[in-house]
Amino acid sequence: MIRSILLHGIVIAALIALEPMLSEYHHGNLARIMVLAVYATGYNILFGYAGLLSLGHAMFFAAGMYGCAMMVRLAEWSVGLAFIMGVACALIAGIVVGFLALRTIGVGFMIVTLMFAEAAYLTILYYNEYTRGDEGFTIPQAARTLMGLDLSDTTTRYFAALALFAAALITCAAVVQSRAGRVLVAIRENEDRVRMLGYDPFRYKLLALVLSAGMAGAAGAAYAVLFGYAGASFAGVQYSILPLLWVLLGGPGTTLGPLLGTVLMFYLVDHASGTIMPGLAALVETRFGIEAPGLASAWLLLVGVALVLLVLFAPKGLLGTVRARVIPWLP
Amino acid sequence: MNLLDYLPFDLPHPALLAAGLLEGTVLAAVLALTALGLSIVFGIMRVVNVAHGEFYMLGAVLAWFVTHQVTATVGGPPWLGFAIALVVAPLIVAAIAGATDWLVLKRLNYDPEATIVATIGLLYILQQLALTFYGPDARPVEAPFDFRVQLPWFGYSGYKLSVVAAAIVLLLAVWLVLTRTKIGLVMRATQYDRETAQAFGIPVDKVYMIVFALGAGLAAIGAVLIVPIQQAHYLMGGDPLLLSFIVVILGGLGSLKGTVVAALFIGLSDGLISTLYEPTLAKILATLLVAMVLVFRPQGLFGARAA
Repeated sequence: MIRSILLHGIVIAALIALEPMLSEYHHGNLARIMVLAVYATGYNILFGYAGLLSLGHAMFFAAGMYGCAMMVRLAEWSVGLAFIMGVACALIAGIVVGFLALRTIGVGFMIVTLMFAEAAYLTILYYNEYTRGDEGFTIPQAARTLMGLDLSDTTTRYFAALALFAAALITCAAVVQSRAGRVLVAIRENEDRVRMLGYDPFRYKLLALVLSAGMAGAAGAAYAVLFGYAGASFAGVQYSILPLLWVLLGGPGTTLGPLLGTVLMFYLVDHASGTIMPGLAALVETRFGIEAPGLASAWLLLVGVALVLLVLFAPKGLLGTVRARVIPWLP
Repeated sequence: MNLLDYLPFDLPHPALLAAGLLEGTVLAAVLALTALGLSIVFGIMRVVNVAHGEFYMLGAVLAWFVTHQVTATVGGPPWLGFAIALVVAPLIVAAIAGATDWLVLKRLNYDPEATIVATIGLLYILQQLALTFYGPDARPVEAPFDFRVQLPWFGYSGYKLSVVAAAIVLLLAVWLVLTRTKIGLVMRATQYDRETAQAFGIPVDKVYMIVFALGAGLAAIGAVLIVPIQQAHYLMGGDPLLLSFIVVILGGLGSLKGTVVAALFIGLSDGLISTLYEPTLAKILATLLVAMVLVFRPQGLFGARAA
């Protein structure tokens, strides 16, 4: 317990200490990564601990994003209030989807969440009069202030993202080390046995899903507020796959895995679009004489390759492997 | 007072209705082939192949490559290149699928969740490789023949009608293979009980590889047939994947008859609705319907077994 508190404290302190050392470029990146890591942390509670693989988490992210951004845009709410509204939207979506989708198991759960998310995505496109569809809309800088702080300022934005991430991380660590968290892990390992011991698995799974949806919604709302943009692409299937990839890479069922996975994948993709893919394209062209005009922009190729390699060779992810081999107490 | 006045919408002109129905039939024919591929793979292997739409896309892109190469090197009439493409493209796609099964799915022991994650990865790999080598443009393939069938209201493409005929022939062929041949028997035995089949000397691994290749090949045939009507594009796999999911789930996972009936239903309604009304709204309702079917009736609307 002490070790766990110490470890999470050190990670948060390191993120605080890092702030003055970052260049403008990494500053923005890391703020974005921390917001996305909140999303991944929420995803991990459901996937890593409760063992429920959702393919539709983008709908919760989008519920938070639009719940917040629409309130600012159409009703001119302050961002603080709108943020709460965004989280509330995601929680409600989580409860509704949970009651329906949790009646299914395994593959059924994956497809039901995928279909709900697809319906949500199409709904956003359908009402493009209000949502501006794929194109999305920006939130003016003037509206992005909270208690007198300008959230578009890079330093403020960094600490706002960090505060949210710290809250998510502490919540996650507290939940998974609580009794309920242990029941979730038990459900992942053997649901029938948990039921036999007198627990109601449905209640715990619903709790995990709603908590997970709430975190996804908080991340979506924070993204809209901190980066001033909301668009339908955040509701698309790709944004349901990405948290799965981040968590798989970092280590499902570890508290710090989502952050690690998000950081690594973010910078991998970032470098891929900048240097790796164009370099690869040039190599293919000179070595094999095959023209590959689209390779430079095919960064999603890396997402695909990473998914296949992870599921084949490292299903426990990085921190999961570390826990299995080196540090057994890793939370 | 005419009873029709009570309808909440205007009845469309019969010519428009007929056009919508015809377009829907063509869509249904190709959809039945594609969805059947997904259904067989799930029914026999219990694998949900998220990359199925990309095998479809690959079929269309390869059809463009083959017809393009044939006209460039051999010349000849358009039907020659198309006929070669109709054979070659599905075979290449089937070979790629077979290799994927051997290299990836088999190593995962066909674990349902792991295979879904792996096929999601495969989806991105195939799609992005198509972007890499084929590029972001949509390209047309010339129809193998060009004649119009005169209907009471308008002339209709003879090629589209022959697509429907070809799909019916292929569906019958698959049905015959599954129910009347030894390989079909072996496949059904594997579906029924994998361990017992293995104990009786059925090479289950090989059967799985063939089934996965067959499923992908069916999608590719559907795509080659559609590519003179729709152009080949590296992102074209999304819609058939979604529609195939809808069809397979409504029809009952793994049920052949249900798949064909559901494909007809979805194809016709999609053709009608997108000709006459708002396609996005129709898709929203269809996806919600699928989710509700899975929640409340997981054996599908037509299937009898539990999935």
